[in-house]
Amino acid sequence: MMKLRLAQPEVLIDINDLSELAYISLEGTELRIGAMTRHADLLASEVAAAHYPILREAERVIADPIVRNRGTVGGSLCQADPSEDLSAVFAALQASVVVAGSGGRRVVPIAEFHTGPYTTAVGPGEVLVEVRVPVRSGAGSAYEKLERRVGDWAVAACGAALWLEGGTVSEVGIGLTAVGAPHFRSVEAEDSLRGQVPDESAIAAAAALAARHCNPSSDQRGPEDYKRHLVGELTSRALRRAAARCVGGEA
Amino acid sequence: MRLNMIVNGTDVSAEVEPRLLLVHFLRDHLGLTGTHWGCDTSNCGTCVVWMDGLPVKSCTVLAVMAHGREVRTVESLEVDGKLDPVQEGFAHEHGLQCGFCTPGMMMTARWLLDNNPDPSDAEIREAISGQLCRCTGYENIVRSIRWAARKQASAPQEGHDIAPGQVVSSTLQDAGA
Ligand SMILES: Cc1cc2nc3c(=O)[nH]c(=O)nc-3n(C[C@H](O)[C@H](O)[C@H](O)COP(=O)(O)OP(=O)(O)OC[C@H]3O[C@@H](n4cnc5c(N)ncnc54)[C@H](O)[C@@H]3O)c2cc1C
Ligand code: FES
Ligand code: FES
Repeated sequence: MMKLRLAQPEVLIDINDLSELAYISLEGTELRIGAMTRHADLLASEVAAAHYPILREAERVIADPIVRNRGTVGGSLCQADPSEDLSAVFAALQASVVVAGSGGRRVVPIAEFHTGPYTTAVGPGEVLVEVRVPVRSGAGSAYEKLERRVGDWAVAACGAALWLEGGTVSEVGIGLTAVGAPHFRSVEAEDSLRGQVPDESAIAAAAALAARHCNPSSDQRGPEDYKRHLVGELTSRALRRAAARCVGGEA
Repeated sequence: MRLNMIVNGTDVSAEVEPRLLLVHFLRDHLGLTGTHWGCDTSNCGTCVVWMDGLPVKSCTVLAVMAHGREVRTVESLEVDGKLDPVQEGFAHEHGLQCGFCTPGMMMTARWLLDNNPDPSDAEIREAISGQLCRCTGYENIVRSIRWAARKQASAPQEGHDIAPGQVVSSTLQDAGA
Protein backbone atom coordinates (compact mmCIF):
# COMPACT_ATOMS: atom_id res chain seq x y z
CA MET A 1 0.00 0.00 0.00
CA MET A 2 2.86 2.37 0.81
CA LYS A 3 4.65 1.53 -2.43
CA LEU A 4 1.52 2.32 -4.40
CA ARG A 5 1.23 5.57 -2.42
CA LEU A 6 -2.20 4.43 -1.30
CA ALA A 7 -1.06 4.78 2.29
CA GLN A 8 1.32 7.50 3.43
CA PRO A 9 1.67 7.05 7.17
CA GLU A 10 3.61 9.65 9.12
CA VAL A 11 4.56 7.14 11.76
CA LEU A 12 5.20 3.47 11.22
CA ILE A 13 5.54 0.98 14.05
CA ASP A 14 7.32 -2.28 13.34
CA ILE A 15 5.49 -5.01 15.24
CA ASN A 16 7.70 -7.83 13.97
CA ASP A 17 9.34 -8.07 17.37
CA LEU A 18 6.06 -9.04 19.04
CA SER A 19 7.05 -12.67 18.79
CA GLU A 20 4.75 -13.50 21.71
CA LEU A 21 1.91 -13.04 19.22
CA ALA A 22 3.25 -15.82 17.00
CA TYR A 23 1.63 -19.06 18.10
CA ILE A 24 -0.93 -21.69 17.14
CA SER A 25 -2.45 -23.55 20.04
CA LEU A 26 -5.45 -25.55 21.01
CA GLU A 27 -7.09 -24.17 24.13
CA GLY A 28 -10.22 -25.88 25.31
CA THR A 29 -12.61 -25.83 22.40
CA GLU A 30 -10.75 -23.19 20.43
CA LEU A 31 -7.88 -23.13 18.02
CA ARG A 32 -6.04 -19.91 18.76
CA ILE A 33 -3.81 -18.30 16.18
CA GLY A 34 -1.67 -15.33 17.17
CA ALA A 35 -1.75 -12.29 14.90
CA MET A 36 1.99 -12.46 14.17
CA THR A 37 1.84 -16.08 13.03
CA ARG A 38 3.50 -16.19 9.61
CA HIS A 39 1.71 -17.81 6.69
CA ALA A 40 4.54 -20.35 6.53
CA ASP A 41 3.91 -21.40 10.13
CA LEU A 42 0.18 -21.82 9.65
CA LEU A 43 0.89 -23.86 6.52
CA ALA A 44 3.21 -26.13 8.49
CA SER A 45 0.99 -26.43 11.56
CA GLU A 46 -0.10 -29.99 12.25
CA VAL A 47 -2.64 -29.03 14.89
CA ALA A 48 -4.30 -26.55 12.54
CA ALA A 49 -4.41 -29.04 9.65
CA ALA A 50 -5.66 -31.85 11.88
CA HIS A 51 -8.71 -29.86 12.93
CA TYR A 52 -9.31 -27.80 9.83
CA PRO A 53 -7.56 -28.90 6.60
CA ILE A 54 -8.97 -25.74 4.99
CA LEU A 55 -6.22 -23.78 6.76
CA ARG A 56 -3.41 -25.72 5.12
CA GLU A 57 -5.15 -25.84 1.75
CA ALA A 58 -5.61 -22.09 1.73
CA GLU A 59 -2.10 -21.32 2.95
CA ARG A 60 -0.64 -23.47 0.21
CA VAL A 61 -2.10 -21.12 -2.39
CA ILE A 62 -1.54 -17.79 -0.65
CA ALA A 63 1.24 -15.84 -2.35
CA ASP A 64 4.49 -17.84 -2.64
CA PRO A 65 6.88 -19.51 -0.19
CA ILE A 66 9.11 -16.46 0.27
CA VAL A 67 6.21 -14.05 0.81
CA ARG A 68 4.73 -16.60 3.23
CA ASN A 69 7.88 -16.35 5.33
CA ARG A 70 7.01 -12.74 6.15
CA GLY A 71 3.26 -12.22 5.72
CA THR A 72 1.22 -12.68 8.87
CA VAL A 73 -2.27 -13.88 9.68
CA GLY A 74 -3.06 -10.61 11.46
CA GLY A 75 -1.67 -8.53 8.61
CA SER A 76 -3.78 -10.42 6.10
CA LEU A 77 -7.00 -9.82 8.00
CA CYS A 78 -6.18 -6.19 8.75
CA GLN A 79 -5.15 -5.50 5.18
CA ALA A 80 -8.76 -6.46 4.40
CA ASP A 81 -8.09 -6.71 0.70
CA PRO A 82 -11.34 -7.80 -1.01
CA SER A 83 -9.40 -10.79 -2.41
CA GLU A 84 -7.75 -11.92 0.83
CA ASP A 85 -7.90 -15.70 1.15
CA LEU A 86 -7.81 -15.93 4.94
CA SER A 87 -10.84 -13.64 5.22
CA ALA A 88 -12.92 -16.26 3.40
CA VAL A 89 -11.34 -19.06 5.42
CA PHE A 90 -12.09 -17.51 8.79
CA ALA A 91 -15.57 -16.51 7.63
CA ALA A 92 -16.23 -20.17 6.77
CA LEU A 93 -14.83 -21.30 10.12
CA GLN A 94 -17.01 -18.81 12.00
CA ALA A 95 -13.97 -17.45 13.77
CA SER A 96 -13.75 -14.45 16.04
CA VAL A 97 -10.83 -12.12 16.52
CA VAL A 98 -9.39 -10.45 19.58
CA VAL A 99 -8.62 -6.75 19.27
CA ALA A 100 -6.51 -5.10 21.97
CA GLY A 101 -5.93 -1.47 22.85
CA SER A 102 -5.09 0.63 25.86
CA GLY A 103 -8.74 0.29 26.89
CA GLY A 104 -8.50 -3.51 27.08
CA ARG A 105 -9.43 -6.38 24.82
CA ARG A 106 -12.60 -7.14 22.92
CA VAL A 107 -13.72 -10.15 20.94
CA VAL A 108 -15.23 -9.40 17.53
CA PRO A 109 -17.06 -12.04 15.47
CA ILE A 110 -15.49 -12.31 12.03
CA ALA A 111 -18.81 -11.33 10.47
CA GLU A 112 -18.45 -7.90 12.12
CA PHE A 113 -14.71 -7.53 11.55
CA HIS A 114 -14.56 -6.39 7.94
CA THR A 115 -16.41 -3.12 7.60
CA GLY A 116 -15.67 -2.63 3.89
CA PRO A 117 -12.82 -2.92 1.40
CA TYR A 118 -9.55 -2.26 3.27
CA THR A 119 -11.37 -1.31 6.45
CA THR A 120 -11.90 -3.25 9.65
CA ALA A 121 -13.26 -2.92 13.15
CA VAL A 122 -9.75 -2.29 14.48
CA GLY A 123 -9.84 1.27 15.82
CA PRO A 124 -7.07 3.84 16.22
CA GLY A 125 -4.62 2.73 18.89
CA GLU A 126 -5.72 -0.89 18.62
CA VAL A 127 -4.11 -4.03 17.24
CA LEU A 128 -5.43 -7.41 16.33
CA VAL A 129 -3.82 -9.96 18.60
CA GLU A 130 -5.53 -13.30 18.01
CA VAL A 131 -7.90 -15.28 15.83
CA ARG A 132 -10.07 -17.87 17.55
CA VAL A 133 -11.60 -20.76 15.67
CA PRO A 134 -14.20 -22.85 17.49
CA VAL A 135 -13.38 -26.57 17.43
CA ARG A 136 -16.44 -28.78 17.29
CA SER A 137 -16.85 -32.44 16.44
CA GLY A 138 -18.14 -33.72 13.12
CA ALA A 139 -16.24 -31.05 11.17
CA GLY A 140 -15.01 -31.17 7.60
CA SER A 141 -13.50 -28.32 5.62
CA ALA A 142 -11.85 -27.54 2.29
CA TYR A 143 -10.55 -24.64 0.20
CA GLU A 144 -10.84 -24.18 -3.56
CA LYS A 145 -9.13 -21.31 -5.34
CA LEU A 146 -8.59 -20.43 -8.95
CA GLU A 147 -5.58 -18.23 -9.63
CA ARG A 148 -4.11 -17.09 -12.94
CA ARG A 149 -0.65 -18.24 -11.96
CA VAL A 150 1.14 -19.42 -8.84
CA GLY A 151 1.27 -16.75 -6.17
CA ASP A 152 -1.46 -14.60 -7.63
CA TRP A 153 -4.53 -13.33 -5.88
CA ALA A 154 -7.69 -15.31 -6.48
CA VAL A 155 -9.87 -14.96 -9.55
CA ALA A 156 -12.39 -16.48 -7.17
CA ALA A 157 -12.13 -18.81 -4.20
CA CYS A 158 -14.43 -20.66 -1.84
CA GLY A 159 -13.79 -22.04 1.60
CA ALA A 160 -16.33 -24.45 3.05
CA ALA A 161 -16.75 -25.80 6.55
CA LEU A 162 -19.42 -28.31 7.53
CA TRP A 163 -20.34 -29.77 10.87
CA LEU A 164 -22.50 -32.89 10.71
CA GLU A 165 -24.65 -34.51 13.34
CA GLY A 166 -26.22 -37.85 12.50
CA GLY A 167 -25.54 -37.28 8.83
CA THR A 168 -27.21 -33.89 8.53
CA VAL A 169 -25.64 -30.47 8.53
CA SER A 170 -25.83 -28.94 12.00
CA GLU A 171 -23.70 -25.92 11.10
CA VAL A 172 -22.08 -24.65 7.94
CA GLY A 173 -19.84 -21.82 6.83
CA ILE A 174 -19.28 -20.81 3.21
CA GLY A 175 -16.62 -18.19 2.66
CA LEU A 176 -16.04 -16.48 -0.69
CA THR A 177 -13.29 -14.11 -1.68
CA ALA A 178 -12.60 -11.80 -4.64
CA VAL A 179 -16.25 -11.84 -5.69
CA GLY A 180 -17.79 -9.07 -3.60
CA ALA A 181 -19.59 -11.30 -1.13
CA PRO A 182 -20.71 -9.27 1.90
CA HIS A 183 -18.38 -10.11 4.80
CA PHE A 184 -16.73 -12.75 2.58
CA ARG A 185 -19.67 -15.03 3.15
CA SER A 186 -22.65 -16.59 1.42
CA VAL A 187 -25.39 -16.53 4.04
CA GLU A 188 -27.98 -17.72 1.51
CA ALA A 189 -26.01 -20.85 0.62
CA GLU A 190 -25.34 -21.55 4.29
CA ASP A 191 -29.03 -21.27 5.18
CA SER A 192 -30.00 -23.67 2.42
CA LEU A 193 -27.73 -26.39 3.76
CA ARG A 194 -28.51 -26.30 7.46
CA GLY A 195 -30.51 -29.39 8.45
CA GLN A 196 -29.91 -31.09 5.09
CA VAL A 197 -28.02 -34.23 4.16
CA PRO A 198 -25.06 -32.82 2.18
CA ASP A 199 -25.72 -34.88 -0.95
CA GLU A 200 -25.20 -33.82 -4.56
CA SER A 201 -28.53 -32.06 -4.93
CA ALA A 202 -28.20 -30.10 -1.66
CA ILE A 203 -24.66 -29.10 -2.64
CA ALA A 204 -25.76 -28.04 -6.13
CA ALA A 205 -28.57 -25.93 -4.67
CA ALA A 206 -26.19 -24.23 -2.22
CA ALA A 207 -23.60 -23.61 -4.94
CA ALA A 208 -26.22 -22.01 -7.18
CA LEU A 209 -27.26 -19.69 -4.34
CA ALA A 210 -23.64 -18.74 -3.68
CA ALA A 211 -23.19 -17.90 -7.36
CA ARG A 212 -26.40 -15.89 -7.52
CA HIS A 213 -25.86 -13.81 -4.40
CA CYS A 214 -22.23 -12.71 -4.78
CA ASN A 215 -21.26 -9.50 -6.58
CA PRO A 216 -18.17 -10.06 -8.71
CA SER A 217 -16.93 -7.30 -10.96
CA SER A 218 -15.35 -7.62 -14.37
CA ASP A 219 -11.66 -6.86 -14.31
CA GLN A 220 -8.35 -8.13 -15.67
CA ARG A 221 -9.00 -11.46 -13.97
CA GLY A 222 -12.15 -12.09 -15.92
CA PRO A 223 -15.69 -10.98 -16.70
CA GLU A 224 -18.43 -11.00 -14.13
CA ASP A 225 -20.40 -13.95 -15.54
CA TYR A 226 -17.28 -16.10 -15.68
CA LYS A 227 -16.54 -15.37 -12.02
CA ARG A 228 -20.11 -16.15 -11.07
CA HIS A 229 -19.81 -19.47 -12.86
CA LEU A 230 -16.57 -20.11 -10.98
CA VAL A 231 -18.20 -19.41 -7.63
CA GLY A 232 -20.78 -22.11 -8.34
CA GLU A 233 -18.17 -24.62 -9.40
CA LEU A 234 -15.67 -23.88 -6.62
CA THR A 235 -18.42 -23.90 -3.98
CA SER A 236 -19.64 -27.34 -5.04
CA ARG A 237 -16.10 -28.72 -5.07
CA ALA A 238 -15.29 -27.28 -1.65
CA LEU A 239 -18.57 -28.52 -0.15
CA ARG A 240 -18.14 -31.98 -1.64
CA ARG A 241 -14.65 -32.36 -0.23
CA ALA A 242 -15.62 -30.85 3.13
CA ALA A 243 -18.53 -33.29 3.43
CA ALA A 244 -16.29 -36.25 2.61
CA ARG A 245 -13.97 -35.20 5.42
CA CYS A 246 -16.62 -34.90 8.11
CA VAL A 247 -16.00 -37.31 10.93
CA GLY A 248 -19.27 -38.99 11.72
CA GLY A 249 -20.60 -37.79 8.40
CA GLU A 250 -22.12 -41.19 7.73
CA ALA A 251 -25.55 -41.42 9.31
CA MET B 1 18.05 6.56 11.75
CA ARG B 2 21.05 4.62 12.96
CA LEU B 3 20.98 0.94 12.17
CA ASN B 4 23.24 -1.95 12.95
CA MET B 5 23.12 -5.36 11.42
CA ILE B 6 25.33 -8.25 10.47
CA VAL B 7 25.72 -8.68 6.74
CA ASN B 8 27.49 -11.80 5.55
CA GLY B 9 29.13 -12.18 8.93
CA THR B 10 30.35 -8.60 9.20
CA ASP B 11 28.94 -5.95 11.54
CA VAL B 12 27.71 -2.93 9.67
CA SER B 13 26.40 0.33 11.02
CA ALA B 14 24.94 3.21 9.07
CA GLU B 15 22.78 6.29 9.26
CA VAL B 16 19.84 5.83 6.87
CA GLU B 17 16.54 7.35 5.92
CA PRO B 18 13.67 5.43 7.54
CA ARG B 19 12.06 4.80 4.17
CA LEU B 20 15.16 3.12 2.69
CA LEU B 21 14.50 -0.45 1.57
CA LEU B 22 16.85 -3.25 2.53
CA VAL B 23 17.63 -4.00 -1.12
CA HIS B 24 18.83 -0.42 -1.65
CA PHE B 25 20.77 -0.43 1.58
CA LEU B 26 22.63 -3.54 0.46
CA ARG B 27 23.27 -2.28 -3.05
CA ASP B 28 23.76 1.45 -2.64
CA HIS B 29 25.21 1.76 0.85
CA LEU B 30 27.20 -1.44 1.10
CA GLY B 31 27.97 -1.87 -2.58
CA LEU B 32 26.66 -5.45 -2.51
CA THR B 33 25.18 -5.30 -5.97
CA GLY B 34 24.82 -9.06 -6.29
CA THR B 35 21.32 -8.69 -4.90
CA HIS B 36 19.18 -7.40 -7.74
CA TRP B 37 16.17 -5.12 -7.75
CA GLY B 38 13.40 -5.85 -10.21
CA CYS B 39 9.67 -5.53 -9.77
CA ASP B 40 9.79 -3.77 -6.40
CA THR B 41 6.47 -5.40 -5.52
CA SER B 42 7.43 -8.79 -4.04
CA ASN B 43 6.60 -10.62 -7.25
CA CYS B 44 9.82 -11.43 -9.08
CA GLY B 45 12.11 -12.62 -6.28
CA THR B 46 15.38 -11.38 -7.73
CA CYS B 47 15.96 -9.46 -4.47
CA VAL B 48 15.82 -12.52 -2.21
CA VAL B 49 18.29 -12.47 0.68
CA TRP B 50 18.21 -14.26 4.00
CA MET B 51 17.17 -12.43 7.14
CA ASP B 52 17.78 -14.33 10.38
CA GLY B 53 18.13 -17.52 8.36
CA LEU B 54 14.97 -17.22 6.25
CA PRO B 55 14.72 -16.11 2.62
CA VAL B 56 12.84 -12.82 2.28
CA LYS B 57 12.19 -10.38 -0.54
CA SER B 58 14.42 -7.45 0.36
CA CYS B 59 12.37 -4.99 -1.71
CA THR B 60 9.59 -5.42 0.85
CA VAL B 61 11.71 -5.07 3.97
CA LEU B 62 12.69 -1.63 5.20
CA ALA B 63 16.38 -1.45 6.02
CA VAL B 64 15.52 -0.41 9.58
CA MET B 65 13.43 -3.57 9.97
CA ALA B 66 16.68 -5.50 9.60
CA HIS B 67 18.20 -3.59 12.51
CA GLY B 68 19.79 -6.04 14.93
CA ARG B 69 19.31 -8.91 12.50
CA GLU B 70 21.58 -11.05 10.43
CA VAL B 71 21.42 -10.70 6.65
CA ARG B 72 22.99 -13.02 4.13
CA THR B 73 23.38 -12.14 0.46
CA VAL B 74 24.52 -13.97 -2.65
CA GLU B 75 28.04 -12.61 -2.11
CA SER B 76 28.37 -15.00 0.85
CA LEU B 77 27.97 -18.14 -1.23
CA GLU B 78 31.53 -18.18 -2.46
CA VAL B 79 33.99 -18.81 0.37
CA ASP B 80 37.74 -18.35 0.01
CA GLY B 81 37.61 -18.61 -3.73
CA LYS B 82 35.48 -21.75 -3.70
CA LEU B 83 32.03 -21.63 -5.20
CA ASP B 84 29.00 -23.00 -3.38
CA PRO B 85 27.61 -26.20 -4.96
CA VAL B 86 24.55 -24.19 -5.94
CA GLN B 87 26.72 -21.78 -7.91
CA GLU B 88 28.51 -24.72 -9.49
CA GLY B 89 25.18 -26.29 -10.36
CA PHE B 90 24.01 -23.15 -12.16
CA ALA B 91 27.28 -23.10 -14.09
CA HIS B 92 27.19 -26.79 -15.02
CA GLU B 93 23.54 -26.95 -15.97
CA HIS B 94 23.28 -23.61 -17.69
CA GLY B 95 20.90 -22.32 -15.00
CA LEU B 96 21.16 -18.76 -16.20
CA GLN B 97 21.18 -16.77 -19.35
CA CYS B 98 21.04 -13.05 -18.56
CA GLY B 99 21.61 -13.72 -14.88
CA PHE B 100 19.11 -11.21 -13.60
CA CYS B 101 17.07 -13.67 -11.55
CA THR B 102 20.07 -15.73 -10.51
CA PRO B 103 21.04 -14.21 -7.16
CA GLY B 104 17.52 -14.67 -5.81
CA MET B 105 17.25 -18.15 -7.29
CA MET B 106 20.52 -19.21 -5.72
CA MET B 107 19.70 -17.85 -2.28
CA THR B 108 16.42 -19.73 -2.29
CA ALA B 109 18.14 -22.84 -3.59
CA ARG B 110 20.76 -22.69 -0.84
CA TRP B 111 18.01 -22.42 1.77
CA LEU B 112 16.07 -25.28 0.23
CA LEU B 113 19.08 -27.60 0.22
CA ASP B 114 19.98 -26.68 3.79
CA ASN B 115 16.49 -27.74 4.85
CA ASN B 116 15.83 -30.51 2.38
CA PRO B 117 19.07 -31.99 1.00
CA ASP B 118 17.27 -34.27 -1.45
CA PRO B 119 14.32 -32.35 -2.85
CA SER B 120 12.10 -33.74 -5.58
CA ASP B 121 11.63 -31.71 -8.74
CA ALA B 122 8.19 -30.74 -7.47
CA GLU B 123 9.70 -29.46 -4.23
CA ILE B 124 12.30 -27.47 -6.14
CA ARG B 125 9.60 -25.93 -8.32
CA GLU B 126 7.52 -25.09 -5.29
CA ALA B 127 10.51 -23.47 -3.56
CA ILE B 128 11.25 -21.14 -6.49
CA SER B 129 7.59 -20.52 -7.33
CA GLY B 130 7.80 -16.95 -6.05
CA GLN B 131 10.60 -16.13 -8.44
CA LEU B 132 10.52 -15.24 -12.09
CA CYS B 133 13.03 -16.05 -14.78
CA ARG B 134 12.36 -14.62 -18.22
CA CYS B 135 15.15 -16.58 -19.92
CA THR B 136 15.65 -20.20 -18.98
CA GLY B 137 12.15 -21.62 -18.93
CA TYR B 138 13.01 -22.90 -15.43
CA GLU B 139 14.01 -26.37 -16.59
CA ASN B 140 17.70 -25.61 -16.30
CA ILE B 141 17.24 -23.89 -12.96
CA VAL B 142 15.58 -27.01 -11.57
CA ARG B 143 18.40 -29.11 -13.04
CA SER B 144 20.99 -26.80 -11.52
CA ILE B 145 19.52 -27.16 -8.06
CA ARG B 146 19.25 -30.90 -8.45
CA TRP B 147 22.88 -30.96 -9.60
CA ALA B 148 23.88 -29.14 -6.42
CA ALA B 149 21.88 -31.58 -4.30
CA ARG B 150 23.60 -34.56 -5.91
CA LYS B 151 26.97 -32.94 -5.65
CA GLN B 152 26.49 -32.36 -1.94
CA ALA B 153 25.23 -35.90 -1.41
CA SER B 154 28.16 -37.46 -3.23
CA ALA B 155 30.85 -35.27 -1.75
CA PRO B 156 29.59 -33.66 1.41
CA GLN B 157 33.06 -32.56 2.54
CA GLU B 158 34.16 -30.77 -0.58
CA GLY B 159 31.86 -29.13 -3.00
CA HIS B 160 33.82 -26.37 -4.59
CA ASP B 161 35.53 -27.56 -7.73
CA ILE B 162 35.05 -24.54 -9.89
CA ALA B 163 37.10 -21.45 -9.22
CA PRO B 164 35.15 -18.21 -9.45
CA GLY B 165 35.40 -16.86 -12.96
CA GLN B 166 36.37 -20.19 -14.44
CA VAL B 167 34.59 -20.97 -17.66
CA VAL B 168 32.63 -24.19 -17.50
CA SER B 169 31.78 -26.13 -20.59
CA SER B 170 28.06 -26.49 -20.65
CA THR B 171 27.65 -30.22 -20.59
CA LEU B 172 24.49 -31.51 -19.03
CA GLN B 173 26.29 -34.18 -17.10
CA ASP B 174 24.86 -35.21 -13.78
CA ALA B 175 26.87 -34.58 -10.69
CA GLY B 176 28.22 -37.72 -9.16
CA ALA B 177 26.28 -39.85 -11.62
C1 LIG C 1 3.33 -10.99 -4.17
C2 LIG C 1 2.22 -11.14 -3.16
C3 LIG C 1 1.21 -12.05 -3.39
C4 LIG C 1 0.20 -12.20 -2.46
N1 LIG C 1 -0.79 -13.11 -2.72
C5 LIG C 1 -1.77 -13.27 -1.83
C6 LIG C 1 -2.81 -14.20 -2.08
O1 LIG C 1 -2.80 -14.91 -3.08
N2 LIG C 1 -3.80 -14.31 -1.17
C7 LIG C 1 -3.81 -13.57 -0.02
O2 LIG C 1 -4.73 -13.73 0.77
N3 LIG C 1 -2.84 -12.69 0.25
C8 LIG C 1 -1.83 -12.52 -0.63
N4 LIG C 1 -0.84 -11.62 -0.36
C9 LIG C 1 -0.88 -10.82 0.90
C10 LIG C 1 -0.13 -11.53 1.98
O3 LIG C 1 -1.01 -12.55 2.38
C11 LIG C 1 0.27 -10.71 3.20
O4 LIG C 1 0.16 -11.49 4.32
C12 LIG C 1 -0.56 -9.53 3.51
O5 LIG C 1 -0.25 -8.55 2.56
C13 LIG C 1 -0.24 -8.97 4.89
O6 LIG C 1 1.13 -8.77 5.02
P1 LIG C 1 1.78 -8.48 6.43
O7 LIG C 1 1.38 -9.51 7.41
O8 LIG C 1 3.21 -8.23 6.22
O9 LIG C 1 1.05 -7.16 6.90
P2 LIG C 1 1.44 -5.66 6.54
O10 LIG C 1 1.56 -5.49 5.09
O11 LIG C 1 2.56 -5.27 7.41
O12 LIG C 1 0.14 -4.95 7.08
C14 LIG C 1 -1.06 -4.88 6.32
C15 LIG C 1 -1.99 -3.88 7.00
O13 LIG C 1 -2.49 -4.41 8.22
C16 LIG C 1 -2.08 -3.64 9.33
N5 LIG C 1 -1.73 -4.63 10.36
C17 LIG C 1 -0.83 -5.64 10.25
N6 LIG C 1 -0.84 -6.39 11.37
C18 LIG C 1 -1.75 -5.84 12.21
C19 LIG C 1 -2.23 -6.17 13.52
N7 LIG C 1 -1.76 -7.22 14.18
N8 LIG C 1 -3.17 -5.38 14.08
C20 LIG C 1 -3.66 -4.30 13.39
N9 LIG C 1 -3.25 -3.94 12.15
C21 LIG C 1 -2.31 -4.69 11.57
C22 LIG C 1 -0.93 -2.77 8.85
O14 LIG C 1 -0.87 -1.58 9.55
C23 LIG C 1 -1.31 -2.56 7.40
O15 LIG C 1 -2.26 -1.55 7.28
C24 LIG C 1 0.19 -11.44 -1.26
C25 LIG C 1 1.22 -10.52 -1.03
C26 LIG C 1 2.23 -10.38 -1.95
C27 LIG C 1 3.31 -9.40 -1.64
S1 FES D 1 12.38 -6.75 -6.63
FE1 FES D 1 11.78 -7.77 -4.83
S2 FES D 1 10.47 -9.28 -5.55
FE2 FES D 1 10.95 -8.21 -7.37
S1 FES E 1 18.42 -15.82 -16.45
FE1 FES E 1 17.49 -14.06 -17.26
S2 FES E 1 15.84 -13.79 -15.91
FE2 FES E 1 16.60 -15.67 -15.29
